[in-house]
Amino acid sequence: MLRLKNINTYYGQVHALRNVSLHLAKGEIVTLIGANGAGKTSLLNTLSAITPARSGEIHFQGEGIGTLPPDRIVELGISHVPEGRQVFKPLSVEDNLELGAYLRYRKKEKIAIRQDLEMIYELFPRLRERRKQMAGTLSGGEQQMLAIGRALMARPKLLLLDEPSMGLAPLVVQEIFRVIENLRREKGTTVLLVEQNAKAALALADRGYVLETGKMILEGVASELLENREVQRAYLGKEKKEIWER
Amino acid sequence: MKRDYLLFILFALLVYAVPTFFKGGYLLNVLVFMGINTMLAVALNLLLGFAGQISLGHASFFGLGAYCSGILTATYGFNPWLTMVIAAAGVGLLAFGLGFPILKLKGHYLAMATLGFGIIVYIVLNETVALTGGPSGLSGIPNLKIGTLLFDGDLKNYYLIWTFALVTMLLSINLAHSRIGRALRAIHDSEVASRVMGVNARLLKVQIFSLSAVISAVAGGLYAHTMSFISPASFGFNFSVELVTMVVIGGLGSIFGSFLGAALLTILPELLRVVQDYDIVVYGLLLIVMTMYMPKGLAGGVAACWRLLRSKKVKAVENAQG
Repeated sequence: MLRLKNINTYYGQVHALRNVSLHLAKGEIVTLIGANGAGKTSLLNTLSAITPARSGEIHFQGEGIGTLPPDRIVELGISHVPEGRQVFKPLSVEDNLELGAYLRYRKKEKIAIRQDLEMIYELFPRLRERRKQMAGTLSGGEQQMLAIGRALMARPKLLLLDEPSMGLAPLVVQEIFRVIENLRREKGTTVLLVEQNAKAALALADRGYVLETGKMILEGVASELLENREVQRAYLGKEKKEIWER
Repeated sequence: MKRDYLLFILFALLVYAVPTFFKGGYLLNVLVFMGINTMLAVALNLLLGFAGQISLGHASFFGLGAYCSGILTATYGFNPWLTMVIAAAGVGLLAFGLGFPILKLKGHYLAMATLGFGIIVYIVLNETVALTGGPSGLSGIPNLKIGTLLFDGDLKNYYLIWTFALVTMLLSINLAHSRIGRALRAIHDSEVASRVMGVNARLLKVQIFSLSAVISAVAGGLYAHTMSFISPASFGFNFSVELVTMVVIGGLGSIFGSFLGAALLTILPELLRVVQDYDIVVYGLLLIVMTMYMPKGLAGGVAACWRLLRSKKVKAVENAQG
């Protein structure tokens, strides 16, 4: 469904992604793990054309999308839930959600948009309670739900999630991960999940990639990565001694 | 949303009723200026209050509109209505071309760029004496005319200008409640997030900048044709800053707020004539006090007073019952 080949992305002189390749099949949940500054967010920003790649190819459903602007990417069915949620704080919850369907208003889909709004409220009942409230007054977890709901309003085929667990209580993280799983099961949404919480992410995902200083160093089935000694040492918080000097 | 339209209808009725109470020529003249300032403040508010993009050069669009319309009618004898359309289209195109490079800038840098543009226009108006008459101004601009109705008196001008001002307000209210209005506020809050929602932020910023310039140019044309005399001094940096002040004092992102800001800044200098030389001090103090106690502008202040009154009323009713 999605295929990245030899992507190179720069911030000015800084080489953020070095020959990164990745692929996702339809209906898969794939996680991308790595430390701070490894290039996880850069990869998602490259995909949604916020920081376009300088070289390399991106194919989505067989179509080359590497040179398209962000609005075309959204139109093709890739929705991005940006790092740190980025909800529109002075706007109401409902306005935020309707913004998610921004491009669909042009096609006069008002009824379908209302239905989707209801669907989001079913998914996150707490958002319905607070629909008239300013998004900035929500708790961190509620803002994350709003950011996901907002992205879903575009009816994406592929959902890009950038660290949904950031700064949230473990119980809330569980709830959000459960929603992601349900989305895949009920709607067949494909998910690319960027996480620092490697354990939780690998438990949820089918496959995983490990990114280190801009390079893809490992890929594999999630359960195998969980068992991988290098991954355990670097990302799952196990001491070197526990693993290598057993 | 419905409340805004209801408020607008009441406001429009009030505007059209006002001349029956005030017959005085001087006061009507002030109200004509207030109408023009309202148009300009509403136009700037679309850019500053909704999209969150500063312009310190809006007086130049006002001036270009006025001069374009003025020169074409006074010197070349065009029909005033036609020249206003030409002026609006010309300024719109100019703003569209200008917008692409300068709206890539943000915050202080955008302020500097628009400021620079305003100063360039001001210098050009002053120096191209053969065309504009230079610092001594351009006179003999004809009044607007519909059939045999010539807009020459204060009362006629009042209705003319305020009709345009009301249309501007109605269009802006519509825009504010549309998906475009929502997208503008999204850009204001986070441009990156709005772009990943599929909002073409770059284009939308340029479009709203152009729309704002077009409205300002129309206001400029109206100004030229009602005053029949224009000079560059009315379109300098000071006036650009005054426009920003109107929008901020009135309330960012509130259409009625822009009217309140424009009204206050039009009337205040007239009222302050009584304190003579100290007017500028009182003026400054008032603005400081208002920004301190009404951080959301006059519109926010009025809304807060309204809520307070209502809660008191509810309490009074409860007390009477209890």
